[in-house]
Amino acid sequence: MRGREDEWTGLMRSAMAGDDAAYHRLLRAVTPVLRAAARRGLARAGQPPDQAEDIVQEILLAVHLKRHTWDSEAPFAPWLFAIGRNKLIDALRRRGRRIFVNIDDFAETLPGEAPQETASAGEVAAQLDALPQRQRDVLQSIAVESASIKDTATKFSMSEGAVRVALHRGLAALTAKLRDH
Amino acid sequence: MDTDQLIRSLTADNAHRVPRVGAVLTMALLVAAPLSILIFTTFLGVRHDVMSAMRNPFFDMKFAVTLSLAIPAIIVSLHLSRPEALLRGWGWLLLLPVGLLAVGIGSEAMMAPAMPMTMRLMGKNSRVCLVAIPAMSLPLLAGALFGLRHGAPSRPALAGALAGLVSAGLAATLYASHCTDDSPLFVATWYTIATALVTAIGAAVGSKVLRY
Repeated sequence: MRGREDEWTGLMRSAMAGDDAAYHRLLRAVTPVLRAAARRGLARAGQPPDQAEDIVQEILLAVHLKRHTWDSEAPFAPWLFAIGRNKLIDALRRRGRRIFVNIDDFAETLPGEAPQETASAGEVAAQLDALPQRQRDVLQSIAVESASIKDTATKFSMSEGAVRVALHRGLAALTAKLRDH
Repeated sequence: MDTDQLIRSLTADNAHRVPRVGAVLTMALLVAAPLSILIFTTFLGVRHDVMSAMRNPFFDMKFAVTLSLAIPAIIVSLHLSRPEALLRGWGWLLLLPVGLLAVGIGSEAMMAPAMPMTMRLMGKNSRVCLVAIPAMSLPLLAGALFGLRHGAPSRPALAGALAGLVSAGLAATLYASHCTDDSPLFVATWYTIATALVTAIGAAVGSKVLRY
């Protein structure tokens, strides 16, 4: 467990220094752990586990948009799990559940409990449709069609800078819509 | 959208960088401060006997009290803008102005009183104090909340209350140069009520706008 968390911290440091591959690996590595914790939290609240993916995606968005609040001298896992807990609490509260979030939901993950998988979630997809067209086009091109920023720029006759701006605004708008819906 | 696709889009946005919370909070307070100062110069102004007042340690102490509220509140609010941060271990910083006031009240009690205690406590400016501090706080409170929105506090109402303490501490620093009531008893009573009001507004607004 320690080794895993040290590895996360190292990956996040590289990511913050501009290493996109490290960032991708980190997000892929934490996702199953977040998924297992979200399922545990939902189960505790008597909610079906199929909403876990919505919560996972909300956590990932928050991690991304708030990563400047992570202190690179501090371990990454407590920061990540704090965001995870907050997002789980928000999600349960929105569903009108009494909140029983166990501190340990995000702290202890049994190895082997978390299969590598990807799952789709309804909420992000639904809010995506409500974005301005340009942001939606760019997000879809990069996320779904896995086009690069450069290819996306060519496809929509935009500058790369404009694609980057639309991408970031799209992600921020998505997060705000998820929070406030 | 499946989660791998989302991760792909987040990775593509990794190059996007934003300033730290401290930088944004500082900028926001610097933008808001002229508004509060404008309220101060328009309606209040520095008291006329300021040169002789500066020889009175209780006048000087007001600034020590208000700044010992504002500066630790800024430090604690920045600490709490990290999601994993706890108030524990940091909350005592907020007791500094309380300790200073206690020392001030104690030393004033040991001196031959120039006025009876109730007159020192009630002062001449209590009503102005209760209006002026919150009014000058509001621009600063908006700035502090704007700055802290950049963070990720786990307890938005608490972070909002800290924003209230920051803005009330700064506004009270301005007000202290206007007010002719220098008794620590007056400060402990009326400044505290005004600060509590601003803190409550900060907590209420913060619980809405500081969620991330």
